[in-house]
Amino acid sequence: MNYTAQDFKKGQPRWCPGCGDHFFLASLHKAMAEIGVDPWNTAVISGIGCSSRLPHYMATYGMNTIHGRAAAIATGAKVANPNLTVWQVSGDGDGLAIGGNHFIHANRRNINLNMILLNNRIYGLTKGQYSPTSPRGFVSKSSPYGTVEDPFRPAELCFGARGHFFARAVATDAPATVEVLKAAYQHKGASVCEILQNCVIFNNGTHDSVYTKEGRAKNAIYVEHGKPLIFGENNEFGLIQEGFGLKIVEIGKNGITEKDILVHDAHCEDNTLQLKLALMGNGDGFPIALGVIRDVEAPTYDESVTSQIEEVKASKKYHNFAELLETNDIWEVK
Amino acid sequence: MSDELEIKELEEVVVRFSGDSGDGMQLAGNIFSTVSATVGNSISTFPDYPADIRAPQGSLTGVSGFQVHIGAEQVYTPGDKCDVLVAMNAAALKTQYRYAKPGAAIIIDTDSFGPKDLEKAAFKSNDYLGEMGIDPDRVIACPISQMVKDCLADSGMDVKAMMKCRNMFALGLVCWLFDRDLDVAFNYLKEKFAKKAGVAEANIKVIKAGYDYGHNTHSSVANVYRIETKHKVPGRYMDITGNKATAYGFIAAAEKAGLKLYLGSYPITPATDVLHELSKHKSLGVTTVQCEDEIAGCASALGASFAGALGVTSTSGPGICLKSEAMNLAVIMELPLVVLDVQRGGPATGLPTKSEQTDLLQCLFGRNGESPMPVIAATSPTDCFDAAYQASKMALEHMTPVILMTDAYIANGSSAFKLPNLADYPAINPPYVPEELKGKWAPYLRNEDTKVRYWAVPGREGFEHILGGLEKDNQTGAISTNPENHDLMTRLRKEKVDKIPVPDLEVLGDKDDADLLIVGFGGTFGHLHAAMDTMRASGKKVAMAHFKFINPLPKNTSEVLLKYKKVVVAEQNMGQLASWLRMKVDGFVPYQFNQVKGQPFVVEELVNAFEDILKK
Repeated sequence: MNYTAQDFKKGQPRWCPGCGDHFFLASLHKAMAEIGVDPWNTAVISGIGCSSRLPHYMATYGMNTIHGRAAAIATGAKVANPNLTVWQVSGDGDGLAIGGNHFIHANRRNINLNMILLNNRIYGLTKGQYSPTSPRGFVSKSSPYGTVEDPFRPAELCFGARGHFFARAVATDAPATVEVLKAAYQHKGASVCEILQNCVIFNNGTHDSVYTKEGRAKNAIYVEHGKPLIFGENNEFGLIQEGFGLKIVEIGKNGITEKDILVHDAHCEDNTLQLKLALMGNGDGFPIALGVIRDVEAPTYDESVTSQIEEVKASKKYHNFAELLETNDIWEVK
Repeated sequence: MSDELEIKELEEVVVRFSGDSGDGMQLAGNIFSTVSATVGNSISTFPDYPADIRAPQGSLTGVSGFQVHIGAEQVYTPGDKCDVLVAMNAAALKTQYRYAKPGAAIIIDTDSFGPKDLEKAAFKSNDYLGEMGIDPDRVIACPISQMVKDCLADSGMDVKAMMKCRNMFALGLVCWLFDRDLDVAFNYLKEKFAKKAGVAEANIKVIKAGYDYGHNTHSSVANVYRIETKHKVPGRYMDITGNKATAYGFIAAAEKAGLKLYLGSYPITPATDVLHELSKHKSLGVTTVQCEDEIAGCASALGASFAGALGVTSTSGPGICLKSEAMNLAVIMELPLVVLDVQRGGPATGLPTKSEQTDLLQCLFGRNGESPMPVIAATSPTDCFDAAYQASKMALEHMTPVILMTDAYIANGSSAFKLPNLADYPAINPPYVPEELKGKWAPYLRNEDTKVRYWAVPGREGFEHILGGLEKDNQTGAISTNPENHDLMTRLRKEKVDKIPVPDLEVLGDKDDADLLIVGFGGTFGHLHAAMDTMRASGKKVAMAHFKFINPLPKNTSEVLLKYKKVVVAEQNMGQLASWLRMKVDGFVPYQFNQVKGQPFVVEELVNAFEDILKK
């Protein structure tokens, strides 16, 4: 079927004007149209929070569930009905605080879910408390003197849980967001997409360095599998490996040519360098990596469940309840 | 059998196998019950095992027991006290003798009554029988360990492996005592150890040795006993525990409904066997997911239901605490879900391996908001099958989460199960949205009579919709905070549950002229029935009414409860059913019998308490 974004739209979103959720929703509609899975074979499942309102604006099947449990509910839906394309949408509080356990286990099991993490580093719906991605020292209503805890870095959590797909996009960057969402759909297994987005009311400017096109030109690097890791307003910088880490070099200086630049390998099983890419930015002098950072094939849980059932069906002689009864020690009373 | 041996007919007998938790008492008990059931005896079993993973060997806390009640007529309970006690070590004798009737035969392994064993069991002297006040004439004192070693001397097994066969010697001795056919036991072992022929052979050899020992040295007991079966119900039978029957009920319901069975679960005593059982049956397409926690177990089962499966989650009381949030989501989304609560002792971790009925009010009310959920309580190990089937049917046809309550006692206990024929069970017809409603349908459109909403399973074109935990408009299904709408939806959800048809409450015993009506629910059915039988046998006018359907209550509940002069509600909690019934039945003022010991009721105690009530 040929779809347009319109075919996936429903209702009038009620987010604050300027909220990153609006931008992301438009990209999701567009990505789904390009992906082409029928709306009736698609389920969008969220938890609770501003961003978790999203399924209400989708013309697909959907559930806006309870706080933190979206990944667990999506797991059941996908495993029970592998024909469904399941998108799970959570914010940073929903996905990584109350839902942290389900987030890591969905990744570890490699359930074929497209897991969207809308990261604005704040609790918006409850009106402004720090979240597990808020930086240390963050001042909010629940931390008037600044937080005294370190944040999660979502990629680290995903990789630590043996995640096989991690991508990042900025909500205002529609073309790159659509590409990331399509890649997440193409990847079989748990696909985590971290979407950096602004909360205009409670955490305005949190992703300012990359929120505009100009900002991204200066402060971001678009990574693409098989392409050298080059960035800068004039593509003048590149990344090379040095010792245990990465280093920024300027192309054309000190004898450095494009050939010396590290080529991105999203398919590399070893996630060491992918993690280094994912953790760049936020004041360390490195650009923030955008795009598909890790994309490694691995058996998915839902397919393994199905194939194990088929194997056991082939090897066992009982296939219905009446036959199951006969596998017991039975005696007859006459 | 030698000629002078008298064979005595018995109506019923209770045997209790006890020993260290590593002594294989559960296996010995299981084999004995199977052997007895095979000849058509009625059986009821109760495993009583310690909570410790493996308490120090020979210690008082490490004693594991397995009680079997076999009868010529129907037996309802595993029996209060035993006629034969097998005590494989000193600690077992010390802790289990209180379950022996006066005059019971005691079988002991004298090799496990050395000075160290006695010390661990806190005996003060060598005269352990004297300390316990046991008449030595009643004791079959046998050097079981040594005889097992002798018997297996040529097997090439090491001593440790040999000692694992001690239970079989005791079993052989008990089989001799009750004139049982050993072939069934041999077949059981051959099947159990199909891949370890040596182990099967050793066990069989030891059973025979035990049997022969009894045969040759029967001087210490006067009789061999025989329990003939009366009033046989012809048919094909198997031995089944409540947990296995529950698992089978879910399988049967899913097959009848033509749906995939999905179990989301997390290991928890005493419910884990349901997860184990269902995990085995992938050849029937059963999907089991052992989740990261109880929450995910329930949440994923609800996700599975949304996607068109029969979603089930299994747990015990502490798990219900964690699942209540997703159960509530199922209430407001009006999706089918079955939540199994195999009750154990609480609160908190409580008594994980013991049995109580203390979750009733939690199941009825333990959620935020107005959250009506049907509650069904299975009454016996075999009834777990029907109850699981009924709970699944109710959930699927009425678009609601349903709680199925069992308890550790019926979950682990077993009895003979007449093989069901699925064709005899009622059809299960979920209210799938009719195709002609396409374009006119909204998620909370209801059947006018039942108030049940229609089910649109993802994958159907034209029925795309969103459900969720926020209140929805009754017409459009959109999020609504309208006060009138919320009030209406709250009433509709309640009305839907209230309208679920359940069978009338049945009155057993002297239903026309009873002086006392005994009321209970769930797993205490057998004990209350036995108490009623005992009282009626002594000329008392007694009836009983036992609740399996707790929400909604049977329609004739008030009529039954208000009909009798005296009513006693007997339950293994502090009065939770009594509270519920008082709430629902105007003018109902029952007597109460409450016991929270983690152990099944004792029929004799029930009878004494009920007779006191009659005297009041």
